[in-house]
Amino acid sequence: MSSDFLHEPSVVEGRPSFADIDRQISAPLDQKPDYKYFIALGISSTMLLIGVFFIGITFYYGIGLWGNNNPVGWAFGIVNFVFWVGIGHAGTLISAILFLFRQKWRTGIARFAEGMTIFAVMTAGIFPLIHVGRPWLAGYLFPYPNQHEIWVNFTSPLLWDVFAVSTYFTVSFIFWYVGLIPDFATLRDRTTSKIKKIIYSIFSLGWRFSNRHWKNYEMVYLILAGFATPLVLSVHTIVSFDFAVSIMPGWHTTIFPPYFVAGAVFSGFAMVQNVLIFVRKIFNFEHIITVDTLEKMNKVILATGTMVGYAYAMEFFMAWYSGNQAESFVFLNRALGPYAWAYWIMVSCNVVFPQLFWFKKLRRSLPFMFVIGVLVNVGMWFERFVIIVTSLANDFLPSSWAYFKPTLTDFGILLGSFGLFFTLLLIFIRTMPVISIAEVKAAIHGSQPTHHDHERGEYNNE
Amino acid sequence: MNNTIYGVTGIFETPDGIIEAAKIVEKSGYKRFDVHTAYPIHGMPKAMNLGPSPLGYFALVFGLTGAFAGFLLMTWIMTYNYPLIISGKPFFPYPAFIPVTFEITVLLASVGTVLGMLFVLFKLPNNSHPLHDTDYMKKVSSDKFGVCLEAKDEKFSEAAAKELLISAGASEVGTIYYDEETLNFKPNIFDVKFNVFLLVTAIVISGATYVLLNKLMYTEPFNWMHHQARIDAQVPSKFFGENNFSMRTPPKGTAARGFAPYQYKGQPELAEANLTNPLPPTRENLEVGKTKYDIYCSPCHGYHALGYARLNGQFPNPPSLHSEKVRNWGDGRIFHIITEGQNSMPSYSTQLSKEEKWKVILYVRALERAMNAKEEDINNDK
Repeated sequence: MSSDFLHEPSVVEGRPSFADIDRQISAPLDQKPDYKYFIALGISSTMLLIGVFFIGITFYYGIGLWGNNNPVGWAFGIVNFVFWVGIGHAGTLISAILFLFRQKWRTGIARFAEGMTIFAVMTAGIFPLIHVGRPWLAGYLFPYPNQHEIWVNFTSPLLWDVFAVSTYFTVSFIFWYVGLIPDFATLRDRTTSKIKKIIYSIFSLGWRFSNRHWKNYEMVYLILAGFATPLVLSVHTIVSFDFAVSIMPGWHTTIFPPYFVAGAVFSGFAMVQNVLIFVRKIFNFEHIITVDTLEKMNKVILATGTMVGYAYAMEFFMAWYSGNQAESFVFLNRALGPYAWAYWIMVSCNVVFPQLFWFKKLRRSLPFMFVIGVLVNVGMWFERFVIIVTSLANDFLPSSWAYFKPTLTDFGILLGSFGLFFTLLLIFIRTMPVISIAEVKAAIHGSQPTHHDHERGEYNNE
Repeated sequence: MNNTIYGVTGIFETPDGIIEAAKIVEKSGYKRFDVHTAYPIHGMPKAMNLGPSPLGYFALVFGLTGAFAGFLLMTWIMTYNYPLIISGKPFFPYPAFIPVTFEITVLLASVGTVLGMLFVLFKLPNNSHPLHDTDYMKKVSSDKFGVCLEAKDEKFSEAAAKELLISAGASEVGTIYYDEETLNFKPNIFDVKFNVFLLVTAIVISGATYVLLNKLMYTEPFNWMHHQARIDAQVPSKFFGENNFSMRTPPKGTAARGFAPYQYKGQPELAEANLTNPLPPTRENLEVGKTKYDIYCSPCHGYHALGYARLNGQFPNPPSLHSEKVRNWGDGRIFHIITEGQNSMPSYSTQLSKEEKWKVILYVRALERAMNAKEEDINNDK
């Protein structure tokens, strides 16, 4: 690396022409998918169907099919919800926060990560719905003047959650769609198929690449990034309020919001990195989603993983320092009690293994980073499990303690959530440009004027 | 054949070329021109001499609207419309309103700004713009850069515009024509297709709304609790033979527990002659009588038995109980009226037990005496 911070290396390797970029990015949309794609789609949709089946029998027979018992009223349903909302945090972080920080390496992965955000939040949204037992009455969660003349409780974190998650979904979706408009217009002008042309025309809204529009478009992108940045931090903060505002030992702490946000970014980046490793290989995007980009993602994983490790240590310190008996017991119980197995899976996957990313060689090795990414997501799922289940299972009243045992239905629905996520992702890969054509074009060498007649000549891209 | 000119276009090969061309066109005095590029070019708004984007104000207005609307709605609901004490919080728990206020602000600002940009500022969707489906658009959407001088500009003439673009370094120039069909299209409100579309949309939306609000919201797909293996009261049932009901008719001579037959049905005079109040006017009896009188009798007769009460006007006014006639009735006569009713007064047998009736009568007597006190009553008290 040169010490000249103004001279940024290009995010796109080689010097592809604009036409090459069009061709390469729209290749997955133009070609007929091969059998591997259908095998992948078959596996993910089978998982999805398994999930649909188990959700179906949950509606038919009731929540009693789950492992939830009397003290552990929140188990897999809420664990999965928090897990998937967390996965959804990488996308908006990449597209909004890294945009504000002018991190150009986000260009190649932003669209894909935004798509993953939307699918992850959709997957997450299922769990509170099915957890209420009667999802067809979910309309009452919104404050509309109804015939009962009662309103929702605006002081409840669970209601804040409804607003936070639905706002997050809407704003992420808009962000994603605004980015897609110019790309749909490019596809509209490229395609030779009549049906595709109609579809792309509708979705491009008749975008004309006018620079009078681009000026406002860039402004709206900046505004959206500005709003999405506090939004992405607020969503997991509010999710953590679901726990922190209650008085359960192990939940009632002020460290939860930053700790949850760091954990969400951590798991989200691991998931995006995992999927990108496959996508760049299968669709020959290696020069757009470079190893440099993946290495930078691994650095974020390392940083957020270390923050999460700090939070684990600080929780123990606070439990001891507070002198509160219930609090101290809950944390000792997590590490040494009946759920110690889950606790140590969590610590090893989230704190220990990501530390190997300090080595540059490992950080740039595809198979290694894939394995770490998987471990991080396993660890983050167990983090939510440990937080939710251990606190509830051994709370203030020892006479009501019980051990939580998940049932087949719990696992079936968890599997189904992965099926839904990957099915949506696979459909996305084949129907929309997974890399932003306009943004990549704007970021490659020689795409911007050199301003050689300008006093700012030394800032140019070359 | 098309012959109305929309504008003249020039294609440029490099970003440097297009920014120079934009400067030249701007300096030559054209107002209605546009630069088309596949991605935003740095420095182009300045080269085209465009003002700042107004979208910041959109965001400000929508954001503030969201913040105030959200906060005021919550305040109205929680503090004024339906105040409830929840976990010991005050009726105006403003710190608890912060998360939702923030979310509504972000939601309204983002949605409002984007929709405002797309539909108000850009007037999209517009797939019938003359630039669409031209070679020019196909080139600028991929790897070329283009300038378009519109015919609506005061300075426009086809030849001069082409010359200007070539002198600015255009690699090719062309002319864009309006699509005559689009230009001459006049919307017709009675168009069949349009009306069918409207009708279908109306049916689909109203049907979906009906199903959603009236059916889906009240669906209980697995309502086993409602359908149990038991017989509901007052429902026809064949369990006890044809044409029977789920409730059995009691056998002849059955009496309910605590039931005592009333022997002077329809014979007030006989009741007056034979019944006497068995209870003494003690303090306890009078207090029970007052309670029962206030509950069952006072709505019509009034608290002082004067016949003026809160139900006056809705039913025929009952007569005063202080009349000569009532005062001279025996207790048995009043007992008979409470038991059987009289005129529009119904029977109070189901509300008052036999004992309670006598106690109410004691209280009525006390009221009568109080309203028509005599000299000797005062002396008696001494």
